[in-house]
Amino acid sequence: MKKHIVDLKVVSNEKLGDKHILMKLTSDALLPEMRPGQFAEVRVDNSSTTFLRRPISIHFVDRVKNELDLLIQLVGDGTRKLATLKAGDTVNVVLPLGNGFSDPQPQQKSLLLVGGGVGVAPLLDLGSYLKSKGYQPTFLLGARSAKDLLQIAAFEKVGRVLVTTEDGSCGEKGFVTNHSVLKNEQFDKIYTCGPTPMMKAVATFAAQHAIDCEVSLENKMACGLGACLCCVTETKEGHKCVCSDGPVFNIKDLTWQI
Amino acid sequence: MADLSVKIGGLQMKNPVMTASGTFGYGEEYADFIDISQIGGIIVKGTTLAHREGNPYPRMAETPSGMLNCVGLQNKGVDYFVQNIYPRIKDIQTNMIVNVSGACVDDYVATAEKINELPNIPAIELNISCPNVKQGGMAFGTTCAGAESVVSAVRKVYKKTLIVKLSPNVTNIAEIAQSAEAAGADSVSLINTLMGMAIDAERMKPVLSTVTGGLSGPCVKPVALRMVWQVAKVVKIPVVGLGGIMNATDAIEFFLAGASAIQIGTANFIDPAVTLKVVAGINEYLDRHGFSSVKEIVGALKV
Repeated sequence: MKKHIVDLKVVSNEKLGDKHILMKLTSDALLPEMRPGQFAEVRVDNSSTTFLRRPISIHFVDRVKNELDLLIQLVGDGTRKLATLKAGDTVNVVLPLGNGFSDPQPQQKSLLLVGGGVGVAPLLDLGSYLKSKGYQPTFLLGARSAKDLLQIAAFEKVGRVLVTTEDGSCGEKGFVTNHSVLKNEQFDKIYTCGPTPMMKAVATFAAQHAIDCEVSLENKMACGLGACLCCVTETKEGHKCVCSDGPVFNIKDLTWQI
Repeated sequence: MADLSVKIGGLQMKNPVMTASGTFGYGEEYADFIDISQIGGIIVKGTTLAHREGNPYPRMAETPSGMLNCVGLQNKGVDYFVQNIYPRIKDIQTNMIVNVSGACVDDYVATAEKINELPNIPAIELNISCPNVKQGGMAFGTTCAGAESVVSAVRKVYKKTLIVKLSPNVTNIAEIAQSAEAAGADSVSLINTLMGMAIDAERMKPVLSTVTGGLSGPCVKPVALRMVWQVAKVVKIPVVGLGGIMNATDAIEFFLAGASAIQIGTANFIDPAVTLKVVAGINEYLDRHGFSSVKEIVGALKV
């Protein structure tokens, strides 16, 4: 899939609670082709401490409106600068980067998408894509507390949404891997993105039940193109770049102790 | 349109802009964004005799106006390069240059010998300045005797253009450059990264897996300019300048300080199309100042 450097226009930039923004971007030209699970490298202008681009998951692509949504966690000065952008501002983006999630195999009908924190971001685009292919994806989304859940209404438009919170303020109390659906239903494939301990717990569950499982990893990146070799992760074939060989890996290719 | 062509040893370049090793992959990674054949030269990832997995993660720390890395020369070894990568890149219509590194003199020599056999690789850049490997690497670039030993040994087996990449982590870089010149280098390139470190105060831990790493980006440019200036005054061979070049103005500064050509490294991460913007910007500067060739501004600093 051809990569592009594009100036996109901010349609809206909405604060979601204290720690996240939902940035909607558009372009005069048609947005480039991209796959669920790919990401964008967003340039941060006018930051004294942020030098490199910020790798941000593609959250949703609306082909009718020609809009790209980014769900961004405010971590440091760079992402806080992005939060100050207003409708009409321009943001320079390199995309689409990385491999993206793979399509289910023909025998894989029942699909579970497990997300935690800002890691839910790529699952909305993935779920929409899967729905367009005739699947009925189930989302299992975890957060500390009800107020930390992101984009629940958007997920509900795409598929069944199950929730866990650590304090029990919404959905079932506990971690995603404690949810009753994992005992009561069978899934043929799991896609997951979130904090590493969560993904490892999900991967462990998948491995124990011989379920095909893909994880979307996060790492500090520089080039985003597989050139600098900064963002490697251990795989059974040695170090691989999260930016270009990933960010999506099948758990059978990783060296996780699960 | 000014004449942008330059010659580095036997290497004829259509323009003086190259990409720095380890920042541009094998060129292919950037081919979606620009016509990479329009770059004067592409210096591919550091290549060693044997396969190297490189250092553990984390390998990168962002710093004000720059970044630290400790990749540690991850590459699949020279034989893999010759068999699998060379056939893919040999027909790219620009100078494809291989950066060669090693743990001992024999490794450098054996790697250079194999690259010497590749007809479409017109030059190597001998990396005697990598700060991120335990053995060899920078050790050869921090003493005159070390530089002399590895450059003269490689010179005996390598018949094409030999560029030697120097470390800034030395007391007197001009002396090292003179040793490389005396040992038969056709050119010196400088600077490699400056050794630095980053600390996560909350966790009371280093950010990089190797504790220290190499600093690059605009924060190193003043040091690089100073070193190019010092080296260009004392060697007769052409100097290739690099260190924090983000745009054409930065590149011009290196020419004025004495560089005959320049490399762009970390800037490729911010703007994958920066190389050709720098080529265009150099041309614009030369036209605006009434110069007919980039060679006219090499070392033209009015002190």
